[in-house]
Amino acid sequence: MGERIIDPAAKGWAISWYEASARARLDGLLDAGSFREVVGPEERRMSPHLPLFDLPRAFDDGMIVGSGRLDGQAVLVAAQEGRFMGGAFGEVHGAKLVGLLRAALALKPAAVLILFDTGGVRLQEANAGETAIAEVMRAITDLRAAGVPVIGLIGGRAGAYGGGGLIAGTCSRLAVSEGGRISVSGPEVIETNKGAEEFDSRDRALVWRTMGGKHRRLIGGADAYADDSVAAFRQVALDLIGRAPAFDLATLEAEQARLEERLTRFGDCRDATEIWARLGVNDPEAVPALATADFDALLANLRETTHDAR
Amino acid sequence: MTRAKTTLPEILSALFPDGHSAVVEDGLVGGEGPFRGGRLAVIGIDGDTALGVDGACRLAGHVLDVVRRGGGTPILVAIDSDSQRMSRRDELLGLNEYLAHLAKSLLLADAQGHPTVGLIYGHSAAGAFIATALATRVLVGLPGANPSVMDLPSVARVTKLPLDRLEAMAKDTPVFAPGLDNMVRTGAVQAVLDPDQPLADQIAAVIDAMPNEDSRDRLGRERGGRPVAEEIAAQVVRDAAFG
Repeated sequence: MGERIIDPAAKGWAISWYEASARARLDGLLDAGSFREVVGPEERRMSPHLPLFDLPRAFDDGMIVGSGRLDGQAVLVAAQEGRFMGGAFGEVHGAKLVGLLRAALALKPAAVLILFDTGGVRLQEANAGETAIAEVMRAITDLRAAGVPVIGLIGGRAGAYGGGGLIAGTCSRLAVSEGGRISVSGPEVIETNKGAEEFDSRDRALVWRTMGGKHRRLIGGADAYADDSVAAFRQVALDLIGRAPAFDLATLEAEQARLEERLTRFGDCRDATEIWARLGVNDPEAVPALATADFDALLANLRETTHDAR
Repeated sequence: MTRAKTTLPEILSALFPDGHSAVVEDGLVGGEGPFRGGRLAVIGIDGDTALGVDGACRLAGHVLDVVRRGGGTPILVAIDSDSQRMSRRDELLGLNEYLAHLAKSLLLADAQGHPTVGLIYGHSAAGAFIATALATRVLVGLPGANPSVMDLPSVARVTKLPLDRLEAMAKDTPVFAPGLDNMVRTGAVQAVLDPDQPLADQIAAVIDAMPNEDSRDRLGRERGGRPVAEEIAAQVVRDAAFG
């Protein structure tokens, strides 16, 4: 399908994953020119529901799906566009991902990669979005049981919130960058429902500490930490494909033990820095400012953050 | 809907006339009873309780106990919950992992031959709904149940549309409006049970007629609540290929 939209090597600079569009992420993630989109924007399969709310539509409904190559390996990919409706799951958006996961059951790719960038369910299509999320989670476990790894990449502007966080927790492996947030209730949702004393959504440092990529990696909520560049996500995706856990009773029993232990060890912590200290981090206050290489060195000394219990 | 909702004690005594071991603790339901010559395991959430990290972990533990014992014991997931528990502590500890783990446990049980049936008899919303009732193979409801993603006043706040207009739209737009009937029309809820007929027989009939595939998008098309999802997913399956 032609040349890269932008060739970072020729330009001499790295593309920020956080800043890039979903299409630019796919373009740089996959082998050059290998992406083949299905149900693309030219088919104009737009939301049948947004006009009722006088809202603009997107030709791809904010979800891009198709096939490509990653270092020569055949993969299926899905990318959410966080700049359209916050990457939220509507009927068409969700159905494209459901279809991709079902296609993978027959095609048996080396992996399915999901590039998350979502605030959760699209409220204007809430019932369709929520049902699609349930269908996606069922399809992911079917696929994992059939031996196909499902890898989530999280570093977009919208994060992986709401049902997106639950889908992320269903994947075989997750990679996250500093800017990626993984959570169910967003900061504003908690504040609206429980008050600013419970969660001050304007305190950005609190948001990153509680939901951000470094915290998730430190507690084992993600398996790899990537620099905020398309090239870095490509490398971690390649690394993770080769070590995906099975989907069976042993894995889920190990996850049960892992999650119970987390409650026992950290259940009384008020802040992420307390958890990091108990994990054995000498200077928890310094974690948010650590560069990737220093953070990786820190992780290497913390064995329990790397596991197969997912 | 004017009918009062069925209570958990009514459900349990209808399913298990000879008694059962199910207990409710902190709004979390767990136990089992004799059913059709075998056993039926029950987990659930009662009393409009929010589902947080602790509760999700306990429920998943019950499900994995059933899977470990084997024997194909069916699992009923009875739900009258709030949404996910919204707190700093829950998110700090990784609520998404706990809710996903509970859903995965139910999906694993199903894959390993334990029929899973959701029964919504009260409220449920958002993450709590996805992690429990929506992670079963078949979800049925009782009249008086009220699942929702978000209540209309909150939808009005987020979408910046006047509440009275949303209320008018809700009458004929099942795709966004709260309520059991709308979740039936999107295909998420397979059927509404008849409270005047024996519950045990109706649950048994659901277990005997488990669909082999996830048929929720087909139901959504047939019932008009999700007009295009099935067709879009099918087109992706048809067109996806390696170059």
